[in-house]
Amino acid sequence: MVKLSGAEMVVQSLIDQGVKQIFGYPGGSVLDIYDALHTLGGIEHILVRHEQAAVHMADGYARSTGDVGVVLVTSGPGATNTITGIATAYMDSVPLVILSGQVANNLIGNDAFQECDMIGITRPVVKHSFLVKNTQDIPQAIRKAFYIAASGRPGPVVIDLPKDILNPALKYNYHYPNSIELRSYNPTVEGHKGQIKRALQVFLKAKKPVLYIGGGIICANASDELKAFAEKTNVPVASSLMGLSAFPSTHKQFLGMLGMHGVYEANMAMHNADVIFAIGVRFDDRTTNNLAKYCPSAKIIQIDIDPTSISKTVIANIPIVGDAKHVLATLLTQLNHEQESRDLDALVDWWKQIEHWRQRHCLAFTKQRENERIKPQEVIEVLYRLTSGNALIATDVGQHQMFTALYYPFDKPRQFITSGGLGTMGFGLPAALGVKLAHPDQTVVCITGDGSIQMNIQELSTALQYGLPILILNLNNRFLGMVKQWQDMIYSGRHSSSYMESLPNFAQIAEAYGHVGISITKPEELESKLQQALAIKNRLVFVDVMTDATEHVYPMQVRGGSMSEMWLSKTERT
Amino acid sequence: MNYILSILIENEAGALSRVVGLFSQRGFNIESLTVATTEDPTMSRLTIKTSGDAHVLEQIQKQLHKLIDVFRVTDLTDGPHVEREIMLVKVAAKTATARDEVQRCADIFRGAIIDVTGRHFIVQLVGTSAKLESFLAAIRDTCVIIELVRSGIIGLSRSDKAIKQ
Repeated sequence: MVKLSGAEMVVQSLIDQGVKQIFGYPGGSVLDIYDALHTLGGIEHILVRHEQAAVHMADGYARSTGDVGVVLVTSGPGATNTITGIATAYMDSVPLVILSGQVANNLIGNDAFQECDMIGITRPVVKHSFLVKNTQDIPQAIRKAFYIAASGRPGPVVIDLPKDILNPALKYNYHYPNSIELRSYNPTVEGHKGQIKRALQVFLKAKKPVLYIGGGIICANASDELKAFAEKTNVPVASSLMGLSAFPSTHKQFLGMLGMHGVYEANMAMHNADVIFAIGVRFDDRTTNNLAKYCPSAKIIQIDIDPTSISKTVIANIPIVGDAKHVLATLLTQLNHEQESRDLDALVDWWKQIEHWRQRHCLAFTKQRENERIKPQEVIEVLYRLTSGNALIATDVGQHQMFTALYYPFDKPRQFITSGGLGTMGFGLPAALGVKLAHPDQTVVCITGDGSIQMNIQELSTALQYGLPILILNLNNRFLGMVKQWQDMIYSGRHSSSYMESLPNFAQIAEAYGHVGISITKPEELESKLQQALAIKNRLVFVDVMTDATEHVYPMQVRGGSMSEMWLSKTERT
Repeated sequence: MNYILSILIENEAGALSRVVGLFSQRGFNIESLTVATTEDPTMSRLTIKTSGDAHVLEQIQKQLHKLIDVFRVTDLTDGPHVEREIMLVKVAAKTATARDEVQRCADIFRGAIIDVTGRHFIVQLVGTSAKLESFLAAIRDTCVIIELVRSGIIGLSRSDKAIKQ
């Protein structure tokens, strides 16, 4: 049996787990691990400029591949800087393993230099965590962490490693376990057959059914099954923000995103539905509006792998605990055997109604004329056209995020990477870099805003170091756009601290970091300059677009209202 | 509505803090909490008295079960069960009548006087929470309660099934 030091065990365990790339930042308590990374080789380490970005990068990597993302940081500030990243991954069910250094066992609790109770500070935002006290426990802890992170409802797992157990001078027998069993952790994968049958019967009898899909479809890689099921039953499909790309957005059965900034037809269909078949969603408040007025005539069927997501806010009439892929496969099998399979004509009236709602064209906007500001909606539309809808897109958080969700139809799963649950500004750039590392041959675009980009702009340096030629599309309206929109609509236009004074010249910043910077200020140069930017394949291009600051994201649901109550423009209400 | 939850949990460092943290994080109530290891030294058993409506209880149970370290969660109040709480009360009885009253009440409630120093007695009582309350009500008029401590509820279901099965 091979003998390794603790530090070597960490690296060897990662290699044996199949990890190729990790994201991190060195420091005192993890220097032994960094030395082992150097001497053992086999793993590419991406040196970020801030630990928060390391987690977002691993997150982008994980979301775009489905693999577990890995982060390595030092104790104290290195560890605390990861919190926002970990919370972001936790809210959106992203599998991550975060290895943090810790002061030596005998110093824990002494307020030692760069000491922080990482297990304590991360407890509310991790799926699980380990404080490893003995060197021999390292392989087991790492194996468990990967298993927990990726199975069931995925999530981030922290492994805290005190410095003394990593000592390069002390070597122990090393064995990496092939499999792991945890008696207290057994996620339910297969759905209850009887319950699935009941659900199907109710669903097939529905006159106004809607399939409501979320991020769970993407986590479970269940897009094929979903498409087959939707097509066989001929039902309209509405998606949460996190579910976008799980079902082809250009499909004729797709209604679009629902919720606070959801499209008119999706929200109307939900409000009027008699059966809502929810898969991999958790009825987050941004998708329901006022719960008391939520979808008054709908029976709710809910499939989720996490029992706590079922009936948490909206009570499910038929709950099914299980993995979306498995349950959808069972549904398809049962559907093939079902005597009373759906009469496809039964939904003619429902589809007619939906067509009527679609005719409202809620996403229509007035295109700008010459000498006017560029409309943000049009920027996204042009990007969609120029990339043929094939780009992998990561966004930050705010108006640009919603414009992307509404104006860039996603057809392939894992094509849209966004911070939905936590809504983390600063996520976009590092996430896009993580996506690019995983997909070097694809066009990767970070759509951001002048507020968000400045929250992790230092990662332009990381992008240069590792040669990651993404396109950054900055919708620059000189405002914290979403804050401003709320202030316009709810606070009588009092723009308290939402104006970004002293903005830098972003194109020049990009140039200073060694990239290409392009500014677009006139509507007539939008298409040509964007085309020019997309033609540069081997360098990062930062495109700064001066957009119309007066634009709001519509539709927007009326606060405290039902799903069907929306503002469709500044003057038009349902 | 009050509930008594019995929880089997891996006997590992930090496991208890995950349970307690969950309650505060999600705004659930803890009325009392007891914890100790079981016949299997790798498992601890927690008993938590909590309150809320049926919907809240369902979420508490699901959220507890979602913790990786939690092996089983059951609601004892869902079926026939026994529950006990232990209380130690330090009372000052200044007169002979008061001292007799403490002795008599302790006897009636099947308690025991486990320590006497001067005019101070420590009475030990075991029973349901309601019984402990009654005892306090009974002695309050004649004696001064100096301080008291209660263990929080523990309980077992009365069926032949164990939580572990």
